[in-house]
Amino acid sequence: MVVLDVHKIEQKYQAVNGEITALKEINFSVEKGEFISIVGPSGCGKSTLLSIIAGLLKQTSGEIFVNGEKIEGISAHIGYMLQKDNLLEWRTIYRNVIFGLEIQNNLTPENLQRVIQLLKTYELYDFKDKYPSQLSGGMRQRVALIRTLAINPDILLLDEAFSALDYQTRLTVTNDVYRILKQEQVTTLMVTHDIPEGISMGDKVVILSSRPAIVKEIIPIDFEIENRTPLNCRKSPKFSKYFDHIWKELASDE
Amino acid sequence: MNEYQLSEERVIYLIKEKRRKQMILIWQIGILFCFIAIWEISALLGLIDSFILSQPSRIWNTCIHMAQNGLLMHIGVTVYETLIGFTLGVVTGTVLAIILWWSSFIAKVSEPYLVVLNSLPKIALGPVIIIIVGAGTKAIIFMALAISLIVTVLEMLNGFQNTDKEYIKMATTFGASKLQIFKKIVFPYNIKTLFNSLKINIGLSLVGVIAGEFLVSKAGLGYLIVYGGQVFQLDLVMASVIILAIVAAIMYQAVVLMQRLVMKWYGH
Repeated sequence: MVVLDVHKIEQKYQAVNGEITALKEINFSVEKGEFISIVGPSGCGKSTLLSIIAGLLKQTSGEIFVNGEKIEGISAHIGYMLQKDNLLEWRTIYRNVIFGLEIQNNLTPENLQRVIQLLKTYELYDFKDKYPSQLSGGMRQRVALIRTLAINPDILLLDEAFSALDYQTRLTVTNDVYRILKQEQVTTLMVTHDIPEGISMGDKVVILSSRPAIVKEIIPIDFEIENRTPLNCRKSPKFSKYFDHIWKELASDE
Repeated sequence: MNEYQLSEERVIYLIKEKRRKQMILIWQIGILFCFIAIWEISALLGLIDSFILSQPSRIWNTCIHMAQNGLLMHIGVTVYETLIGFTLGVVTGTVLAIILWWSSFIAKVSEPYLVVLNSLPKIALGPVIIIIVGAGTKAIIFMALAISLIVTVLEMLNGFQNTDKEYIKMATTFGASKLQIFKKIVFPYNIKTLFNSLKINIGLSLVGVIAGEFLVSKAGLGYLIVYGGQVFQLDLVMASVIILAIVAAIMYQAVVLMQRLVMKWYGH
């Protein structure tokens, strides 16, 4: 079943000295439960694309469908996780996690029960009355993820969500997040400039060209490993093959 | 830490730190004490003219005398006027700042006016205020308001506008309305700014009240200072100024205390 369908998205910017086409006919779709990574040369408009899907930015033309329904503007079906965790320092972990539900006036007993369940499953329940400053970077990122998952989105968007972390933490957090997303069967679309990260997490990697961006290629990733994790698949011999392939694709663009 | 035996270096460090703090306190008290002592002695020896510069013992006696003759009433009047001006200034200023934050258009339009009003010495408006609202308590409160309002608006607006954009973006992705963004992000983010402006404001309101009392009043510490000057009773002037300093410090500390309570409640 297709959860997200991106159809002929085009984005132009108007500036005083001319018109810039950032995205030119972007088409792809995401199946339920899939993890899609989007990679592309820097400045190609990856984040712009994500902002359009999230409804933060209005596209020049084209359409976005979630579960077959055309969406315009910000939708409660879509969860968006930013680079920084943006936990509100004056709220406890619990009150941070319910922030999205609170905004959407959706603090129903079932939803709150779900939040508690998520906190318990991902080892954060003991910290629910603590403040963000008392948590490590990795834990904070997990809290931010649960805050996004609490609204039960049909699709999750990750915008360079780990690039603010140091390398060590980043690998651990990536592993954690991947485990959570697979366990909760969350459909995910991630934008990253880090090719290995894209390969290690994605079921498919979408390669964008440089500006004006089009979809160059969509590569299915399959390591043939049972219980694949972002860490163990890095050891697979196929990993470097995928890497070389994507690297060449991106380089041929320059 | 308590379970562990403190190392020798740690103990020395702690003792040093404590000594330092004690020394600072001793010097602070010492300077005040010496100042009063030198003042008193030079007045007694006739080195300074105690008629013009007064002297600590006479100020003390004046205070005692005043305490039996309505000093509390005068303090009450000044504190009352200050608190009214302060509250009005903070509430109106914050509301105006919210409006300016809400509409960047209004903010841009009013920018030059705010800049001019901010740099204008508000005491110059004294006569105008008296003519418009009449010579009385109202004029004094208006004076306090005039002095504190613009500063509050600018300070609060600056805080609101400098709220972390990423926080706002995060709330927006959940579909937050502008009102929700204000209530749940911008305002709590600026609790510190609010208290900074309260601290500045309590002082400014007092300046406004004293200036107002100089101009129109029949009671209050400002009135006592002016009256003392007019009848050449410098003891009265000095005593009033000292009491004023104490009142100002107490009001400032009250704001600091309030800040601590609120910040604790907000989990800072």
